[in-house]
Amino acid sequence: MTKRRKLLEFVIQGLIRLCGYSAIVFVALIFLFLLQEGLPALSEVPLSSLLGARWYPIQNLFGLLPLLLGSIVVTLGAAVIAIPFGVATAVFIAEVAPRWMREILKPFVEILAGLPSVVLGFLGILVLVPLIRTGFNLPTGLTALTGSILLAAMSLPTIVSVAEDSLDAVPKSYRDGALALGATKWQTIWRVTLPAAKSGVLTAIMLGLGRAIGETMAVMMVTGNAAQMRWDALFYPIRTMTATIAAEMGEVARGTTYYHVLFLIGMILFLISFLVNILASSMLFRAKKRAERMLS
Amino acid sequence: MRISRIVTQRIAFTLLTLVMAATMLGILAIIAYIFLKGLPALSPEFIFSMPTHGMREGGIWPAIVGTVYLTLGTAVIAVPIGLLAAVYLSEYASDSPFTRAIRIAIVNLAGIPSVVYGLFGLALFVLFLGLGSSIAAACLTLSIMTLPVIISTAEEALRSVPQAFRLVSVSMGGTRWQTVWRIVLPQALPGILTGVILGLERAAGETAPILFTGAAYFLPQLPKSIFDGTMALPYHLFVISTQVPGMPVKIQYGTALVLLIFVLAMNLVATLIRSYYRSRRQW
Amino acid sequence: MSAVVLFLLVTACSFSSSSNKNQSNIITNRGSDTMVNLALAWAEAYAKEFPQVEISVSGGGSGIGIAALINNTVDIANVSRAMTDTEIQEAKKNGVYPLQFIVARDAIGVIVNPSNPVTNLTLGQVSDIFSGKINNWRDVGGEDRPIVRVSREVNSGTHVFFLQAVIQLGNPTDKTIFAASTLLLPSSEGIIAEVSQNPNAIGYDGLGYITSEVKVLGLALDPAGPFIEPSSTTVRDHSYAIARDLYMYTNGEPTGALKEYLDWIRNPEAQQVVTTLGFIPIT
Repeated sequence: MTKRRKLLEFVIQGLIRLCGYSAIVFVALIFLFLLQEGLPALSEVPLSSLLGARWYPIQNLFGLLPLLLGSIVVTLGAAVIAIPFGVATAVFIAEVAPRWMREILKPFVEILAGLPSVVLGFLGILVLVPLIRTGFNLPTGLTALTGSILLAAMSLPTIVSVAEDSLDAVPKSYRDGALALGATKWQTIWRVTLPAAKSGVLTAIMLGLGRAIGETMAVMMVTGNAAQMRWDALFYPIRTMTATIAAEMGEVARGTTYYHVLFLIGMILFLISFLVNILASSMLFRAKKRAERMLS
Repeated sequence: MRISRIVTQRIAFTLLTLVMAATMLGILAIIAYIFLKGLPALSPEFIFSMPTHGMREGGIWPAIVGTVYLTLGTAVIAVPIGLLAAVYLSEYASDSPFTRAIRIAIVNLAGIPSVVYGLFGLALFVLFLGLGSSIAAACLTLSIMTLPVIISTAEEALRSVPQAFRLVSVSMGGTRWQTVWRIVLPQALPGILTGVILGLERAAGETAPILFTGAAYFLPQLPKSIFDGTMALPYHLFVISTQVPGMPVKIQYGTALVLLIFVLAMNLVATLIRSYYRSRRQW
Repeated sequence: MSAVVLFLLVTACSFSSSSNKNQSNIITNRGSDTMVNLALAWAEAYAKEFPQVEISVSGGGSGIGIAALINNTVDIANVSRAMTDTEIQEAKKNGVYPLQFIVARDAIGVIVNPSNPVTNLTLGQVSDIFSGKINNWRDVGGEDRPIVRVSREVNSGTHVFFLQAVIQLGNPTDKTIFAASTLLLPSSEGIIAEVSQNPNAIGYDGLGYITSEVKVLGLALDPAGPFIEPSSTTVRDHSYAIARDLYMYTNGEPTGALKEYLDWIRNPEAQQVVTTLGFIPIT
């Protein structure tokens, strides 16, 4: 091998290694910048104030609870809608649909994943908002529920594709065994396949909802953005953490308390998605390990 | 009396089919509705002319061009990095705790909310590096966001290339890089392309990450350098559906349709590449 | 491969070279959503007369314009309220010296759905409604319906002005603020959209945004009247209570193209644009 070849090989390997590490570098960078800009908020605003019930930053009221509640309510609402639809669709695609149908249905669901959230938000404003107000006889159609419906649509493709993968990964021998024992196809799905794919399906749900809690534009367009706390929040306007950042970030001057608090909210969102993803991937990992053990 | 298990099965399958049909019909309805409402607005003039009269008339050309710029710029940055990272993971890295940390980082990168990317882009590219609100800052932000999609799909494609191919190349005296460059990459190309397009599709449709890093409400001319801000289709749709008074609904639906066609076309291309090569694959 | 290396190099270069703002005849203009359509109309009209000058316009809110001015990333900040002392101090810390130009006047109308029988309110009632003391239209002579309060986002100059002039009734020591249940919409257009389709809603918006789809209320200082609706006459003779100046801010005394543009804005021809957009000219 010539010297030049060797040198080239060396340079390229270095480059590849560097790019390989990039994901870690970027996650670290993102976390560092959020820390650097968000942590000062903790010393500038007393904790009791951050845990307050009122978000009105231009009068220095930085209560984060209503925003947290808003994000949670919208996401839970989305979960109630998306889980049955998503899991049922996944079961249908993986277990019931004939092969040709699968080939059509899977890419079709993926289209939903590609729909820009502003397009859904736009339709939400024009079609869904008036419908919700008159249909549920509410004071206004800009509610958490409206956001939940859009978020359900957005988290559906994640739930379907991950859940379908995990159902697909259940060994055929499980099903054959159940069927051989005289179980119906449905009994096999309900008692054998679904329980065997349980952790995969749970992971799918978590990843889907992780995506939902981080969604911004559609939610900002249809939830009314009122930072209020009430027990029946699902049917009233709420304000999510993501919408708060998107609506207010452009405004604030760099280095002010307000700026730091918005980054603190970003940090909270980052940590939530971090937790969700760590949990989800460790669950998948364990499931894989268990499957290997059982099959060996 | 107990319901017979055959009846139970029938009920369950009917329910499953209904739910599935509802989901699919929902998706179809969304797309059909936008096509129906938006199609009358489409004309060469709408696509190729500048907006006039406070954006209430004229076309959306600068927004289309802006989205193309942002998508290409993102590709230029994210594709090489993502591809090499995938090569590293599938061809070079051993299964060490460090490699596992990289995988966890990728999964996390994929899960970070888009608006947090916007915050990060603002803090690092716009302010810290002084790029200002510009195409450059927006593309860099979008690149980091699309990176995990590109890495994981490209890695999957690389891994699906049978080990035998590599063994043959190496046994004939090929170096590791030669093996990757001449043998593995070409074989995995369709899969990689699919991943790249799906990643870019997401970048093209996103609003939140470019909100503070490069999107402009209105520009009278097309951007001239990567340090100019730009209009973009998703942000434009957000603007005209929430910010401009007396905006004709027709233009709103027209813009939504153009954006939809943009991402659907990318999606279609990705799906076609995948199914075409899957059917032709000989191993 | 060389192409890949080239990509990386280009990326690296874009990191190191700093952005070059303020090129001779590009004027960047950013801020108040109330003013964005006015600024857009001016920019379009000016571009017709002086095609060599390029004016980019973005909205987002007065706060966004001020922040951009303080960070020195914009030539003109459009602001629908006077800058506060704190903001001016912050600007000076960054080496920016804000200079104020009054470019138009605006009145804020309190609006309800056309089907709402209420036609007049006192300022005190409006204050009580928005601060949450009054929650049913019955209490101000309307139907038995819940009140839905609709407001601009907190980063809007209109929001701040309404808070000070109406909710706190111009009393700087008053600490009353919006009720927590107030809907905060990211744009003026969103307010019109919600109020025009929701019979429970009450909102406020700059005169330039108000369309015939909503009903403007007459306002009075005390219950005896007279109740006055906003118009160019009632704003000019100061009989309508909530009116304000609209400003543009620059960093220091403007020169060159920037100066010519600001001079042009204040001439009668440009002020004609103000009238057609529903604002009140300064001359």
